[in-house]
Amino acid sequence: MIATRALMLVATLGLIGAAASVPAQTATSKAPAAAKAPSTFGIGRPATAEDIARVNIDIHPDGTGLPAGSATSADGAPIYAAKCASCHGKTGKEGPNDRLVGRVPGDGFPFARDPRIPHTIGSYWPYATTVFDYIRRAMPPTEPGSLRDTDVYALTAYLLFLNDLIPADAAIDATSLPKVKMPSRDRFVPDPRGGPTPATPKGSRGGGAGR
Amino acid sequence: MKVTRRDLLVGAAGAVALGKTSKAAAAQAPAAPADPTKVRGKPSKALGTRAAFEKPQRQPRGATSSGTPHQDLMGIITPSDLHFERHHGGVPEIDPKNYSLVVHGMVERPIVFTLADLKRFPQVSRVCFLECSGNLGRTAPPETTPQQLAGLTSTSEWTGVMLSTIFKEVGVSPKATWFLAEGSDAAVLTRSVPVSKAHDDAMIAYGQNGEAIRPEQGYPARLLLPGWEGNTNVKWLRRIELSDKPFMTREETSKYTDPLTNDTARIFSFVMDARSLITYPTYPVGVQRGWVEIQGIAWTGYGKITRVDISTDGGKTWTAAKLQQPVLSKAHTRFRHLWKWDGGEAVIMSRAVDETGYRQPTRAELFEKRGPGAAGYHMNPITGWVVKTDGTVVYKQEAWG
Repeated sequence: MIATRALMLVATLGLIGAAASVPAQTATSKAPAAAKAPSTFGIGRPATAEDIARVNIDIHPDGTGLPAGSATSADGAPIYAAKCASCHGKTGKEGPNDRLVGRVPGDGFPFARDPRIPHTIGSYWPYATTVFDYIRRAMPPTEPGSLRDTDVYALTAYLLFLNDLIPADAAIDATSLPKVKMPSRDRFVPDPRGGPTPATPKGSRGGGAGR
Repeated sequence: MKVTRRDLLVGAAGAVALGKTSKAAAAQAPAAPADPTKVRGKPSKALGTRAAFEKPQRQPRGATSSGTPHQDLMGIITPSDLHFERHHGGVPEIDPKNYSLVVHGMVERPIVFTLADLKRFPQVSRVCFLECSGNLGRTAPPETTPQQLAGLTSTSEWTGVMLSTIFKEVGVSPKATWFLAEGSDAAVLTRSVPVSKAHDDAMIAYGQNGEAIRPEQGYPARLLLPGWEGNTNVKWLRRIELSDKPFMTREETSKYTDPLTNDTARIFSFVMDARSLITYPTYPVGVQRGWVEIQGIAWTGYGKITRVDISTDGGKTWTAAKLQQPVLSKAHTRFRHLWKWDGGEAVIMSRAVDETGYRQPTRAELFEKRGPGAAGYHMNPITGWVVKTDGTVVYKQEAWG
């Protein structure tokens, strides 16, 4: 009985060994090589102009993507009062959600040095086109995507006006919006991280690591 | 002797729980036979569940995020239902039959992919962490758990298709350097991503820990950018547009930028720096005099963790901890360190070093560079836990500046 079990074990191991050796032998001779990945698989269907237009809602900093329409700050004031003021405050400065309005004196950029300064459109946002893009895609949170393009132009104009970035009667449209000069445009710098800890010699366990 | 439910509870939860056990808690405790060898067990069933005695929970912070209970977990894989959440317009409900991904812009062949289409491409799996770049309770009180302090990071095995495969399929123009990734949530969230990440290790993931990705993690398909801040890993991915410039979306300009003390702000700061977090012993558990195995997780968006140092004297001296295998690139790495606690008050700390030679900074070092007005992104300071003489453990508060 013991001998039989041992024989069975040997037989089983032998089978496993044989099974393992078969592909190893044929891989170099008869078995077809694994197919090389093609450059394309022909999967998916060509996107039509309509497929793309249905979802292509982004606005580039140069204005690409801005729709037809035009509005002034006066058009935006009543829409702001009805749809935005409850979260952003009567004049855009009161909250409780993000403060949208305000400039730093002299258009400085002391955000890291003073935690009290809100990141408003007038003080922090580098591109005016972002205001239109974001309102249209996400605001108001209770009715996302509900605003008409002319309403979005109106709200954009109103917020830019409240931030002293355009005159009250300026018409905001696909041509004028990308030209609005934003005070913080040149304040943003590329990310310099990636290497070893600065001021830490290799192998050292000291030095300044903040980055 | 008759075994009461209360006796069972004491047996299961230990003496520490006894003092805090209320009648209500006792009433909710699951029943189990005193001797499981004398009762026939339950039959097989279609879907498994956790033991009735185990109740790990995410901890929601408002309606837009919830953190992983690091203090309750082991190993490096976060159970999918405990993976952290962060969303900007709620978690959308998406019927996979109606899902599509449009890839267009600077491509030869704009294409619409269904979910079934994505699954026909060669499949890849990899383990990696995700972390919200706002993952630090900067003003946390002493009664803070690892979950409350840094719950917005988790690790999963992700399955999907390499983004480079999709980019070959559509014929991305050699002039394209950026792409926009857009989600189909109510925020229609967008981020610009360099095309070079697609040639490195970016994926479109539809699987998480062996099954379909969870709704909170982007069901049915999401962008996965290993090592990069969570916000760029756009969930519920509906569109990718190739371009030769970044799009300057709200998330990457007014948010997720890092003001610096030289009156500039860092933009497109994608990679998550090395960080470590002790998960035991921490608040709310206590320790007993004698041997304690300090445990935790460490991770870095730059590759592998090469060392985690432990201090049990508030940072005066440091000793290398043991790293539990496997140590995977851009994944949580578990560390362990045996410590004999003599009963005196002690501050335990951990600091991670990654394969670039970067060392996790102290809070003071971070503050020097980022200032008191730092926006709260990419904060990875060394954190400490105070072991008090009575064996209780609390978070070591440090002022921000």
